[in-house]
Amino acid sequence: MTEGVGTIARPVLEVSDLHVRFPASRNWLGRPTSYVHAVNGVTLEVGAGKSLGIVGESGCGKSTLAQAIIGLAPFEQGRLAIDGEDFQKAQGKQKRALRQKMQIVFQDPQSSLDRRLPVWRLISEPLHIRGGHSRAELHEKAEELAIAVGLRPEHLDRLPHEFSGGQRQRIAIARAISTDPELLVLDEPTSALDVSVQAQIINLLLKLQRERGLTYLLISHDVALVRHFCDDVAVMYLGQIVESGPADEVLRNPRHPYTQTLLAAAPSFESPLPDIAQVRAGELPNNRHLPDGCFYKQRCDRIGGGCEAGQVLRRLSESARHVRCHLAQT
Amino acid sequence: MMTMGTAEPRGQALAINNLSLEFPTFSGAVKALDDVSISVGKAEIVGIVGESGCGKSVTTMAATGLLPKGRYRITGGTVRLFGHSTLSMDDNQLQDLRGKVVSTIFQEPMNALNPTIRIGKQLTDVIMRHEEIDLAEARRVARDILADMLIGEPERVMNLYPFELSGGMRQRVLIAMAFSCNPGLIIADEPTTALDVTVQAVILRLIQNRAHRTGTSVIFISHNVAVVSQLCDRLYVMYAGRIVEHGATRTVLETPQHPYTQALLRCLPERVAPKQELEAIPGAVPNLLHPPAGCYFQPRCKEAVEQCRTRSPQLVGASGQQVACWRRGVATELVEQGGRQ
Repeated sequence: MTEGVGTIARPVLEVSDLHVRFPASRNWLGRPTSYVHAVNGVTLEVGAGKSLGIVGESGCGKSTLAQAIIGLAPFEQGRLAIDGEDFQKAQGKQKRALRQKMQIVFQDPQSSLDRRLPVWRLISEPLHIRGGHSRAELHEKAEELAIAVGLRPEHLDRLPHEFSGGQRQRIAIARAISTDPELLVLDEPTSALDVSVQAQIINLLLKLQRERGLTYLLISHDVALVRHFCDDVAVMYLGQIVESGPADEVLRNPRHPYTQTLLAAAPSFESPLPDIAQVRAGELPNNRHLPDGCFYKQRCDRIGGGCEAGQVLRRLSESARHVRCHLAQT
Repeated sequence: MMTMGTAEPRGQALAINNLSLEFPTFSGAVKALDDVSISVGKAEIVGIVGESGCGKSVTTMAATGLLPKGRYRITGGTVRLFGHSTLSMDDNQLQDLRGKVVSTIFQEPMNALNPTIRIGKQLTDVIMRHEEIDLAEARRVARDILADMLIGEPERVMNLYPFELSGGMRQRVLIAMAFSCNPGLIIADEPTTALDVTVQAVILRLIQNRAHRTGTSVIFISHNVAVVSQLCDRLYVMYAGRIVEHGATRTVLETPQHPYTQALLRCLPERVAPKQELEAIPGAVPNLLHPPAGCYFQPRCKEAVEQCRTRSPQLVGASGQQVACWRRGVATELVEQGGRQ
């Protein structure tokens, strides 16, 4: 591999050169005339039992990437492999089997749970869809899963509105692990929760990872959470990964100018508020017309010769780190 | 003590004293605030932190008369806002205060701006409501203040509608509006929660710079302790409608006294080694329809003793740091009494 995030363990998820675009306007024949380019060539790999965190600002394409991986957003270009098997090429039964190896937990458990179904039905829904289980078996399995995520058996016949946000997120997690998936995509799983509840959910996810060897892809804007939770991190800007590598290394000593800005701006107990000049806040460039050359050059403070050329994600010498900036290649 | 030095003598922007408030519902009264006292000195930035439902927003909304009429009941306490007793004022009197004396920045800027009116008109309307100036002058004031909020091309932005701006720009417009009539007190109610960290850092800086330059007091409400630690001089920690700890920001965050403050800081991932278990607070926030007897944190507290279950503790301690806990406050009080004897 010359690009992307690599870990030594057997890769559960491999994504190479993934592009996702959505039609933004259509002509009178209904054919798209322009596109929103959400993900522009993402390559990454997550090893079994490992966690990869994806951080970036809103609109950088991190949620679209998660949705493309899980199959909720169609992609035209690129390759996606689960457990070494190509997802695009798989058909019929094989595709269903691959689908069940991955599950997703959404940000807002209020809207991701059907409010008319009792908890045991919610939790066992994926098994019900898979088929081959009697009602009693489903109920039994739901109870087992509920206990695994810290709910009590008497909760099983209640409806989602009777629960707090944290408990609802536990239900969503129980549902996600019901098919024994290998990969769990976590799309901002705690950003709607209070910090004390966030801690409970993070502990639960770490416990499940230890017990079941789950592989996580965590989408988050919270740098502190990613540093705590993930082995590796990938920083996204305008649909591309601009820096990736071991979480501790990248977040302690960022090399890409964008990662540096992002970390300087993140609220922290140790450092005072950054100066406005230091933050270089700006809008993401319009993703209907991708900029030429380096995507970050409009906001970058180190712009110079060489930034007009498109940048590639290159490995830094003697480290597992990849940076998409010619200035960092020293 | 340090913060008292920066305030003018008797210079109080806002003094909320022993405010108690409840919301009547069909199943009984929800005791949203219980004996809340908050003071904000002139030119001071004060933070209120706590988890959702702890009463941080209700406190300031009650103080500025923003709660829906008839839906709540004040059961005790007083509010003095620059000498005005806001609890006994009618709508017209409150309307004169809002914008001129106190203004609020809300979390969601899209809901706070009128979607059908251009930015410029919304700003000049507010300015002309309070200042005796003509439209041309008001537009100049509006332009200056937008430029002050680092909005490039303020003239162009004034001709746009709110939906044409990004979230960060809208929030800057709202802050410009809040500062436009030079109020003595700004209430910022989670102003950056919906924004990206880079935009958040800029907005916090803008609030801080402007407040320091014009001597405006700021109440900053947030659930993010890290943000509060960067911005605020003084800090109140709320839990279930009560203030449990209060003091200088550095002191409270470096040497938290109340078990709740301690637990809140321990469950942040910033403070723990990677992959280590976070110390979550067991249990859940009490239902304020039927609050527990004694200290409200007692059912979740590891250190609770018999006294905690029967009597609610008062805030005690020197003005540098006050804490409402039988296991802490009493000890310090006894030490102080012992010292006096």
